[in-house]
Amino acid sequence: MTDIAASETGTTSEVLTTRDGVPLKRSLARALRREKMRALMLIAPLLLFILLAFVAPIADMLFRSVENNIVQNTLPNTVVALRDWNPNSGEIPGEPVFEALAGDLKIAVSQKTHTRLGSRLNYEQPGIASMFRKSGRKVKNLEEPPYREQFIEIHEGWGTVENWATIKQFSSKYTDGYFLSAIDRERTEQGIAEKPEKEQIYLFLFGRTFFLSVTITISCILLGYPIAFLLANLPLRSSNLLMIMVLLPFWTSLLVRTSAWKVLLQQQGVINDFLVWTGLVTDAGRLVMINNQTGTIIAMTHILLPFMILPLYSVMKTISPTYVRAAKSLGANDWTAFWKVYFPNTIPGIGAGSILCFILSIGFYITPELVGGTSGIFISNRIAYHISSSLNWGLGAALGVILLAIVMLFYWMYDKIVGIDNVKLG
Amino acid sequence: MAAKKSGKGGSAKNSATDKSYVRFENVQKSYDGEVLVVKDLNLDIPKGEFVTMLGPSGSGKTTCLMMLAGFEPATHGEIFLNDSPINMVPPHKRGIGMVFQNYALFPHMTIAENLAFPLQVRGMSKPDQEERVKRILDMVELPLMAGRRPAQLSGGQAQRVAVARALVFEPDLVLMDEPLGALDKQLREQMQYEIKHIHESLGVTVVYVTHDQTEALTMSDRVAVFNDGVIQQLSSPESLYEDPKNSFVAQFIGENNKLNGVVKGISKGICTVKLANGTIVKADQVNVDNVGDGTTLSIRPERIELQPKDKMDNIIEGRIEELIYLGDHIRVRMNVAGNDEFIVKVRNRGQKRNLSEGQKTKIGWANTDCKALDLVA
Ligand SMILES: Nc1ncnc2c1ncn2[C@@H]1O[C@H](COP(=O)(O)OP(=O)(O)OP(=O)(O)O)[C@@H](O)[C@H]1O
Ligand SMILES: [Mg+2]
Repeated sequence: MTDIAASETGTTSEVLTTRDGVPLKRSLARALRREKMRALMLIAPLLLFILLAFVAPIADMLFRSVENNIVQNTLPNTVVALRDWNPNSGEIPGEPVFEALAGDLKIAVSQKTHTRLGSRLNYEQPGIASMFRKSGRKVKNLEEPPYREQFIEIHEGWGTVENWATIKQFSSKYTDGYFLSAIDRERTEQGIAEKPEKEQIYLFLFGRTFFLSVTITISCILLGYPIAFLLANLPLRSSNLLMIMVLLPFWTSLLVRTSAWKVLLQQQGVINDFLVWTGLVTDAGRLVMINNQTGTIIAMTHILLPFMILPLYSVMKTISPTYVRAAKSLGANDWTAFWKVYFPNTIPGIGAGSILCFILSIGFYITPELVGGTSGIFISNRIAYHISSSLNWGLGAALGVILLAIVMLFYWMYDKIVGIDNVKLG
Repeated sequence: MAAKKSGKGGSAKNSATDKSYVRFENVQKSYDGEVLVVKDLNLDIPKGEFVTMLGPSGSGKTTCLMMLAGFEPATHGEIFLNDSPINMVPPHKRGIGMVFQNYALFPHMTIAENLAFPLQVRGMSKPDQEERVKRILDMVELPLMAGRRPAQLSGGQAQRVAVARALVFEPDLVLMDEPLGALDKQLREQMQYEIKHIHESLGVTVVYVTHDQTEALTMSDRVAVFNDGVIQQLSSPESLYEDPKNSFVAQFIGENNKLNGVVKGISKGICTVKLANGTIVKADQVNVDNVGDGTTLSIRPERIELQPKDKMDNIIEGRIEELIYLGDHIRVRMNVAGNDEFIVKVRNRGQKRNLSEGQKTKIGWANTDCKALDLVA
């Protein structure tokens, strides 16, 4: 046995083998496979749950932001016939297209899919929904070809180039239309252009979401830093009490907390009453602190504060008090010792807290909805509107994708600048 | 300005220098208002001296150092630095260099930045800072480490940087709190030598804390033995070993045999003591005052002669319990006057000795090698 092993190692000089000649690597892999399988089995239920309940729905939702086979499915022959038509020619399509349309529309009406197509295309070209609805009602009355004039008679929309251009533009399986809308752009004859000024809303909302999130994150740092410092440096008994107070909000419903702010901040609310009572403001000049940005900032800072305090605390807890002592013994006064020695060591905590607060707040929905009024709402409120009210899921999904991309981008930037290894959550 | 008597056996023998640099005057310290951690501390340290505070864990050494550095207020009493009281001076104005037990090198700064920090806060110009940093790095023999971070240093290197940082702004007084505690034995010995060397070449005053007695004995000009918040003895390493002033010091420094007895007579500094089993021996009177008092005799194992050939002051009998061969010497554990932890060290000179366990044999010692101290159980 030893002889064989020896001769084998001699011939295959580089490859290490076990005694019976199996390469060591393969043998090791086989031995480890069982372990791996067992580990996999243990996490399988969770993995499955995450796949089904998290990854799949999100992927599906994101896919909706580019998916667009409704035109193709509803008007298959029309789409084929439209291929030869050039919208820039300035003329509406010829008779073959209308013939195909008549056929497609009859089938669509029998399946009742034409109104859905209408409302889908209405996002792109307002007014087109009624065109489909009316045509659907009258398509059974169509006489012999040619159909072109008959269609234009049913609805003059069939005679405008713009409507046909819209149909052709959205006849491909995928579309960038939702994304263009999501950044206030649209496709015109001259290519991609900004939407008319009064229809622009999303970029502005993204900007506001970003601005408010930064403001909220900064307020969280300013308010949370001293608390975290106290938590880390007070004697155990007092710091435990303080910790409970920090965690208390977690045990109260988000809705309750937000509503409480309504009670406090409204014009007839507690704070205004108090200010009037002290004479700091007049009864007529009660402060407007709710249903605007101020309300959103105050309420969300309060809600996100623990997410700043906890990472900060866990980092500060590990900073030995001897650093500050060493700095002082070396001649630094209190401020220098704090700023040059203590503060730099808390930066990982500030980073972790900021990422957490910023990412949470950029996607916040309930609080801005309740206390934000119109000037304090976030992009997520708009997404929610498209998902549940206007039912324009594609646009909602496109906005969601952009939001996700922005978050990823910040994460990446943070990793580049601070380094994600520097983040400490506990 | 002479040192006050401190503790039971406090001595001012070596601090006769008229100019004291650091002075503790009746300093007391309590953290909680219930227990005195430091009880009535009096200590004088002349300029340029290397003084070590040695004592068991919890005896108040760090507390003393912290009071001197300004991080803990003294509950009572006054600390003087260069003859001016410093109780109200904040730490950063005291100009005392300090080496912490865990080094406390700032992790977010490079070694050079760490070393430049005290110079920077003193408003020194950039070129001067660099010059000084370079010089001090050369002195601790780490010239190539300037750009590294503390986490990238070995224990010994980090320790040297910590010492360098405490010295770079040229303080007159440097405090070191168990700076070598984390190092292994060999490195510790090397660093002891280096710190001692730096002390001698710069002439700074050093107050050093350790609970390693070898370290204290090898490095210091004087050692203050702490116990229970009191300085038990303050003297040179030699007299600490040769002339312990009380039982605690005798037990704490070096190896030591205890024999309890009652003083039967005192004449000219020599006590006659009756041991538990009735044997009468003679001993140096150190810390007993009256005839009839209980006393603990203390004898170093290497001062005892086994099977003495010459005439000796005291010769009594004991039984050999155990023989341990240690190469250069043989440890003989004996039962003497009821104490069966009595150790005798026999130097191995190559001669054949017929020792065997269970054997009864005579031992002897000189009066001056046996100290009559306060009674301990
Ligand atoms: N910040 C503090 N609050 C309360 N008690 C303290 C504090 N620091 C130290 N003590 C107590 O004071 C006593 C002396 O502590 P000190 O740190 O001075 O001991 P030490 O001699 O340095 O011991 P070691 O050799 O273990 O470092 C101990 O009983 C300790 O429990
Ligand atoms: Mg200590």
